[in-house]
Amino acid sequence: MPRRARWPGREHRLAIETMQEHSIIGRPVPKKDAWLKATGEAKYADDHSLPGMLYGKLLRSPHPHARILHIDTSKAERLPGVRAVATGKDFPGIKYGNLPQTRDYLPLALEKVRYIGDEVAAVAAIDEDMAEEALDLIQVEYEILPAVFDPEEAMQPGAPQLHDHAPDNISSQSAFHFGDADRGFADSDLIQEDIFETQPVKQGMLEPHACIGLWDNTGKITLWASKQSPYVVWRQLAMGLGIEPGKIRLVQTYIGGGFSGGKQEAMPMDFCAVLLSKKSGRPVKFVHTMDEVLTIGHLRHPIKIWLKTGIKKDGTLLAQHCKIIANGGAYSSIGQLSMYIPGAMLNLPYRLPNVKYEAYRIYTNNGFCGAMRGHTLPQICFARDSQLDIIAAKLGVDPIEIRLKNAAQPGEVTPNGFRLTTFGFTECLQRVVEASQWREKHGKLPRYRGIGIGCGSLVSGARLMGHSSSTAEIKVQEDGTVLLVTGSTDVGQGADTVLSMIAAEVLGVQLDDVRFAMVDTDITPVDPGTFSSRVTFWTGNAVKLAAEDARRQLAEIAAQKLEANPEDLIFRDRQVYLRQQPQRGLSFGELVRLAEYRLGRIIMGKGSYTSGEELIDFRTGYGNMSPAYTPSACVVEVEVDPETGQVTVTGIWGAHDCGFPLNPMLVRGQVLGASVMCIGQALYENLIRTQGKVMNPSFRDYKMPLATDVPKLANVEHINIITRDPSGPFGAKEAGEGAATGVIAAVANAVYHATGVRIKSLPISPGKVLFGLKEMQGKGNKPANLVKG
Amino acid sequence: MKHLLPVSLRVNGEPYDLLIPPWRTLLEVLRENLSLTGAKRSCQEGQCGTCTVLIDRKPINSCLYLAVEAQDKEILTIEGLARSAEVLHPLQRAFAERGAIQCGFCTPGLILAAKAFLEENPNPSEDEIRRAVVGHLCRCTGYFQIIEAILAAAREMAGKGAQVGH
Repeated sequence: MPRRARWPGREHRLAIETMQEHSIIGRPVPKKDAWLKATGEAKYADDHSLPGMLYGKLLRSPHPHARILHIDTSKAERLPGVRAVATGKDFPGIKYGNLPQTRDYLPLALEKVRYIGDEVAAVAAIDEDMAEEALDLIQVEYEILPAVFDPEEAMQPGAPQLHDHAPDNISSQSAFHFGDADRGFADSDLIQEDIFETQPVKQGMLEPHACIGLWDNTGKITLWASKQSPYVVWRQLAMGLGIEPGKIRLVQTYIGGGFSGGKQEAMPMDFCAVLLSKKSGRPVKFVHTMDEVLTIGHLRHPIKIWLKTGIKKDGTLLAQHCKIIANGGAYSSIGQLSMYIPGAMLNLPYRLPNVKYEAYRIYTNNGFCGAMRGHTLPQICFARDSQLDIIAAKLGVDPIEIRLKNAAQPGEVTPNGFRLTTFGFTECLQRVVEASQWREKHGKLPRYRGIGIGCGSLVSGARLMGHSSSTAEIKVQEDGTVLLVTGSTDVGQGADTVLSMIAAEVLGVQLDDVRFAMVDTDITPVDPGTFSSRVTFWTGNAVKLAAEDARRQLAEIAAQKLEANPEDLIFRDRQVYLRQQPQRGLSFGELVRLAEYRLGRIIMGKGSYTSGEELIDFRTGYGNMSPAYTPSACVVEVEVDPETGQVTVTGIWGAHDCGFPLNPMLVRGQVLGASVMCIGQALYENLIRTQGKVMNPSFRDYKMPLATDVPKLANVEHINIITRDPSGPFGAKEAGEGAATGVIAAVANAVYHATGVRIKSLPISPGKVLFGLKEMQGKGNKPANLVKG
Repeated sequence: MKHLLPVSLRVNGEPYDLLIPPWRTLLEVLRENLSLTGAKRSCQEGQCGTCTVLIDRKPINSCLYLAVEAQDKEILTIEGLARSAEVLHPLQRAFAERGAIQCGFCTPGLILAAKAFLEENPNPSEDEIRRAVVGHLCRCTGYFQIIEAILAAAREMAGKGAQVGH
């Protein structure tokens, strides 16, 4: 690892300290399941099959908005090889969803379809070709309704209405005002107003949605599926089927990427797999094509952001007023939370006394939007940190200085009640400036090369309105191995490894001694799921408590055997011994056998964690959402081709306060991966929709970054700022999403620095850059990097 | 009735005699007839690289390759790469040890493509590696740790000379 050699003094010292203090935690060990994945043995949902299994396919609406008058499935049912057909009428008609006020999904459409791709009917047949053929035989009579695709048009009186419960197509809204924004603006020396726009972007996980459903003749339902939040699916499945969750068993498979692309919720395919199984008496498998995955939904919200900022001459931020309108698409998903977050975290990582915020998520006849890595923060950070550079230029202040001046500090409480415990933002800025050689480059690079900074912040797990706590169970076995059971999933981010490391550290066993269970709702404890960068913090704390519980039980037994105090015992390297007399002890396995064989004890540890914060109403927004927050700063260097307008990212340097990196190699992978995803959004990713029709539903046309699009290894660095959060497990905070929140703004600012062209709408496409360059030439302006100051 | 063709495939050194419809892709036959699910089904149009296998040591997208075309050719899938369960290929080890595997869905295809590439170019530059894997999407890693893993495996394989690989 070339990076390791470059750890500067402080981190190097910390690494040494860590090795002395911990035997497992803090080491860059490989992911536990990497060996299975490297040999092709890891089984993802589509890799499973069951005897007698049928294959399902979904019929989707070809219209953006239409009333379903009649569905005739008789021809499809008569096709040889077809075993069952379902329509919306086969379900109880109960709408399901995340929050009580935004439940608007149905397993299959009943009266109306609301976007091109809405699920109308489903077929199970002996193979996929047969199922596809049967779809063509289903006759649906539609009454086509006027459709609306633009959110601002959809808000107008007289616009087509998507849902009866939502006048003016308002799917959800948030509004709050903390401090006194009017006063803040009145006291400001400079007021800056801008409009920014972001585009629809897809998660782009490579594994399409897949599941196998079985409804047995006792009424018990089993769903094997690729789900990042299996318990959410479990509850939603029960809700939409109108049955008790206890009748359902959900078994998680290996997950080929999540990013909240739909694997966090129940989908029509899940409902149809189990229902068609009930009808046919056979297991039914569904696998989406990539065309379906890219068409249906769970996009990152495209948002129009109006942002007004008031600032003093010396660069002190006084007030911000932000209005956003998000194109929510046809259904709600987690949209209410999506609207709360940009306002709640509008200021972070900066200090801002006065904030006013209004957000509208609007239903339109498009594929629906939800969360995606960083949720709605990359969009709002793009706007805010772009504007901060506009302001800095007007005030003649260095972009770094304005950020340092306003950097929020540990111990502060934001106007909306977020309590910052640890918050190493100032250090993030200082370190990223050094690493990127900002001072040598800013204003000094040759023409068409530029450098820019962007910053952001994230939660370490958001408290939601419903279930937030995490639990873990640990069973110690007679050979000294440990069975770790949680309700959390590994989507590739390394939860299997980091949670096992925590258990191994506490119990003094090796990482390989810990077996990490995948979610099976019949066996594992309930958990909200994998989202909002919560697993390391919340489940990690639960695992630590469970391991401590098991260790306490073992320590009592060992203490009796060794005639010592339990508190004087050390658990390390598969041994249990006295702190002062390391020669007095016994092996961990011996201790477990003593407990089980001689004393008849079963060593099982339990732990649960909840942050104990008040619930927040996402519509009004006061309260502490998360037990800890992470700040980050990112510097990007770009090269712009003046002939084509093409932007190439040539360097990226990031610093992020993750509290303490439990596994620095995995942290680095998370941070860099998330950063590249945001480079994609900054420069080219764009799900193009014309009259509700997705024009590029394939990886050929939906452009994601390739290996040739990322900077050279020598120009990539990630720095962990270590603050050891007192409430995180071993001091850890979030490390999967936060570091990337500032990347888009950094790219936009770098492009401005390289060209003088300020682009406020994403993606920063070659066309926009060229247009900007032409416009500047017309005005006789020079690129910003040639302008002093 | 479907028209079935007799096809003899040699996969990971093992012979298989199959009766398959002529339009079945190699990916379908590997996954469904032979239960070799290491090659993944994702975009199904040759864009993502997750279905990559080696045919006569060259990487191909098995989703775009008819099984009948593979008659009499040597097919290597990820399941056949390791010499044994204990002795993994240096690329498999490097990917696992260097953080190149997150969700793992792209991993089998990338490892096989890298194997074919390193046979042609045992001492590649970073840029040559980037170009070699440009047909493979990875949404988790941002590619950096993958490039590092291939560089490390190349160094190891060059050090060990001819005794490594197939």
